[in-house]
Formats: sequence, structure tokens, C-alpha cells
Amino acid sequence: MSKARTSFARTGAVHFALIAYTLVALFPVFLTIANSFKSRNAIFREPLAFPTPESFSLIGYETVLKQGDFVGYFQNSVVVTVVSIALVLLFGAMAAFALSEYRFRGNTLMGLYLALGIMIPIRLGTVAILQGMVATNLVNTLTALILVYTAQGLPLAVFILSEFMRTVSDDLKNAGRIDGLSEYAIFFRLVLPLVRPAMATVAVFTMIPIWNDLWFPLILAPAETTKTVTLGSQIFIGQFVTNWNAVLSALSLAIFPVLVLYVIFSRQLIRGITAGAVK
Amino acid sequence: MKPHETTMDAGALKRPRRWHILVFLLPALIVYTAVMILPLIETLRQSFYNTVDGQYGFVGLSNFKVLFGDPRWAADFWNALRNNFVFFLIHMVVQNPIGIALAAMLSIPKLRFSAFYRTWIFLPTLLSFVIVGFIWKLILSPIWGVAPFLMDLVGLKWLFAPWLGRPDSALIAVSLISVWQYVGIPMMLIYAALLNIPDEVIEAAELDGVTGWSQFWKIKLPLILPAIGIISILTFVGNFNAFDLIYTVQGALAGPDKSTDILGTLLYRTFFGFQLQLGDRSMGATIAAIMFLIILAGVSLYLFAIQRRMRRYQF
Repeated sequence: MSKARTSFARTGAVHFALIAYTLVALFPVFLTIANSFKSRNAIFREPLAFPTPESFSLIGYETVLKQGDFVGYFQNSVVVTVVSIALVLLFGAMAAFALSEYRFRGNTLMGLYLALGIMIPIRLGTVAILQGMVATNLVNTLTALILVYTAQGLPLAVFILSEFMRTVSDDLKNAGRIDGLSEYAIFFRLVLPLVRPAMATVAVFTMIPIWNDLWFPLILAPAETTKTVTLGSQIFIGQFVTNWNAVLSALSLAIFPVLVLYVIFSRQLIRGITAGAVK
Repeated sequence: MKPHETTMDAGALKRPRRWHILVFLLPALIVYTAVMILPLIETLRQSFYNTVDGQYGFVGLSNFKVLFGDPRWAADFWNALRNNFVFFLIHMVVQNPIGIALAAMLSIPKLRFSAFYRTWIFLPTLLSFVIVGFIWKLILSPIWGVAPFLMDLVGLKWLFAPWLGRPDSALIAVSLISVWQYVGIPMMLIYAALLNIPDEVIEAAELDGVTGWSQFWKIKLPLILPAIGIISILTFVGNFNAFDLIYTVQGALAGPDKSTDILGTLLYRTFFGFQLQLGDRSMGATIAAIMFLIILAGVSLYLFAIQRRMRRYQF
């Protein structure tokens, strides 16, 4: 009886702590989104209140959409992110297949070489990357960003995908070989469909740092036509510091896509991070 | 050796070149080498070059001598390095213990709503530094007054100060914002490690009467040490490469009075220039080279000293 009571108290304390921390994690996001729908007066008078019919206002969003080209920024971010992820997945899977499937001289060395980039950040090469982009006339193009992000994403992709490809049954591949499939057909038609869950994990891991990066857009592509959402909102907010409606709306616009994608893919993402430990 | 590999090798003897291996490897290898490895090497090389009397050429270690010897450069550099260590230490003593505590609570068997907590506590990690930086700048702003209002609710209003604007508290405030954002990563990795502990180990501990608190300290914590090693090295690399948050919250000058300047912001100002300061490619490369050495030292320490010792605990 008393044991049951202490365990009840302990569970209660655990829930209390977790709810408290969940509030700490969500409160700033809630505060931003809620206030972005309020009039200026209401933002300052009652920052913690939900928007009511009286305090509701879209003035911030109007300013943002009129003054900043957020649709354009958003397009740039989508193009850069989607193309980079596609290249990382394709090139990464091909390299991972070569490393996990075939035995050739220098296999281990190649694996180590490609794994270097997991720990050494690509940012440290920025000085020469910028020079290279200037020399090839790629500054202020989305291609520059795509190249950098592809290189940045490849090491982890090769590492994760080759671990997964080792688990694909050899019998299946050999059956394909006996049926006369080429090595390319075996890769594209037999192996790729089987490692799709791992590809999804890699896609999510690759996507977050690309979408959120400020450093490379700032240095390689700061032009108005190539700004990403992250850089665009950074500069926009810097210019409109005193216009609280606009700032809060710009922040909310940057949060929404992440929030929507997260609600859809959170299960997949968390399973990927915890490497299948979560059932 | 896998059975098909023997046949493959026999085949390889007949066909000395297996071109498909090259085709599979080449795209990744070209992009990775051209955009990442070569620029990295080129940057390291340029740290030994500078323009002397209008002539660009090899100058040996003189860039490093300027960085450590010239009073103005040395003051900036040591300030940034010290701030970066404080930034890292705050992450280690605040972020990782909170992450471990949250993971320990989430991994309690049959805890209700654990998926809900897990999902939402992780959300801030996905947001960009720009969003996070500005949100907290607004919350901590004395003009809006959300922070003092909330502190008033718990009777702590007297503690409030414009933390981000004060040289003695700005670095701590910025570090804690970063901790708030990234607590999800140690939480998830430790959570996964805790779930991977075999049930038999826990059952054996319970049969021996080791439960609850002492079970966590004596059984689970030693078993998750490898995961703690991984989050430490991830934190280290991330912190010594950080830039976005400080740039967003405090600007490129990392104010007030450079009190939040870390190596990433110093590299940006040096290489790219800011306001009156002109960009300096060679000194930028020199700072990047120092950052490379620091990160390399940390990673090597982890790989050779820490990880090897931890192998013993694995199953």
C-alpha cells in the first residue's frame, strides 16, 4: 500500500517535471505566434493573452509580405534544400553501395576519407570556398549553396547508408546477378527500395542544417534574388527592429513550415535519431 | 568473408577493371573533394601566406606570430578563445545534465504521454538560430517586459536585468539560449542509449534489490557512458564552430564590448570585414587554421583516449 503510494508520488513528480520542461520549450514559440496575430497595442498591453476578436490584426503579415520578398526567399530555400537532399541521397547511396558491396584496394581508406567530414566542419574551409566560387562565377547563385550543402551532407549520408546496406541480403543480390541484372540495376532496382527508411532518416538529418544555415547564404549568396528564408528573415528583422508586428510575423512565417513538417514527420525523425530504439 | 565476394573476386581476375565501382564512387568523391577537402587544405595553406610589400607569398609562421604577438590581435583572439571555452563549459554543465535527466524520466517504462513530451521538447532544436535568437531577444527585452512579468509571478522580479546588454552577463545569457535550443539532442541520444540497455541487466539489478535512484547511478549511468562521450564531442565540435546565434543576437561585433565574441564571429569579422575593419583573407585563414587544430585536438582526444576506454562497457 505505502509502496504503491510512493510510486504514485514519484510518477506525479516525473510528470510535473516533464510538463514544466515542455512548457519551457514551447512557450517562446507560442508567444511569438500568438502575438504575431495581434495589434501593436495588444502586443505590449497583454503579451501573454491569446489574440481575441478585438486584438486580432494581420498588419504584421501585411508589412512582411509587402516589404520583403518572402515568397521568393521561401522558393530559394526550397530549391536549395530539395536539390541538395536529392544529390546527397543519390551520390551518398551510390558511394555507400560501392563501399559496402565490393571489396577493392583502398576500400577502408576511402571509407575513412569520406568519414572525415562528419567531425570536421566545412565552415573552416570558407576562405577558399569563397575564392573558388568567385573564380567559377558562382557567387550569388543557388548552385554555390547546393554544392556546399551537398559536400556537407555526404559524409554522414555515406556513413549511415553503408551501415544499412550491409544488412541487405546477399542472396537477393546474387539472385539478381544470376538473372543477368547489371550492377547498376541491382543497385537501383533491388537495393535502393530496401534502404528507403534509412534514406528518409538521412534526408531529415541533411535537411535541418541546410534549411537553418545562416553562414553560407550570408557569405556566398547574399543577393536579394538568392536569399534563403533564414538569411531573408535575419536581414528583414534587422531592418524592422522597431516594428514589432512585422518582426513577430516574419518569425512566425519562418516557424510555420518547420512546424508543419515536424508535425507530419516527427515520428520518422525521432525514430531515425534513436536508431530504431523507439518502438 | 561473404560467399558472393569470393566469386566476385574470381570474376575480378578475369575483368581486371570493375568500372562500376568507380562510377558509384566518383560523384560523391568529386563533390566532397572539390568543395570540402581541397578548400580546407587550401585554407590551411593560406594561413602560411600573406602580402608583404605588395607581394603575396610564403611567410612561414608570421601570421600566427601576429595573431599571438600583436597586442590588438592577441587581445581579440584570447578573448574569443576564452569566451568560446566558457560557452562550451556552460553547455557541458547545463545542457547535458538536463538532457540526461529528461531522458531518464522519459525512459521510465509505461510512462504515459512520453511520446508527447519527447516530440515537443525536441521542437526548438529544429528551429534556426535566427528564429531562436530573435525570439529570446524579444522575450528578454525590457521594452516588452515578458521576462520581468513572468519572474514577478514567482516573486523574482528583482533579479531581472537586461542580461543581453551587460558585458558581465551577456555571454551566459547567450549560452543559455543555445542550451535551450539544443537540449533535445543529448536528450534523444541518451534516451536511445537507455532504451537499448537489455532488460536482463535491469531485471538482475532488481533481483539484487538495486532499484530507483541507485539503479540509475550504479547500473544505467555506467552503461550510457559511451553515449555521454558522443554528446560531449558533438557539443565540443558544435560550440567551437558556432556563429549564427551570436551573430543574430549580438551582431558581428559580438557586443556588448566583445563580451560574447567567440572564434566563429572573430573569423567572420576578420575574413569578411565589418564596418571600418577591412576583410583580411590571410588572417581569416589563420584563425580558421587555429579552429581546425582545436577541433582536431578535441576529436582525437575523444577517439583515442575516451572512446577506447569506454569500449569496455559495451556488450
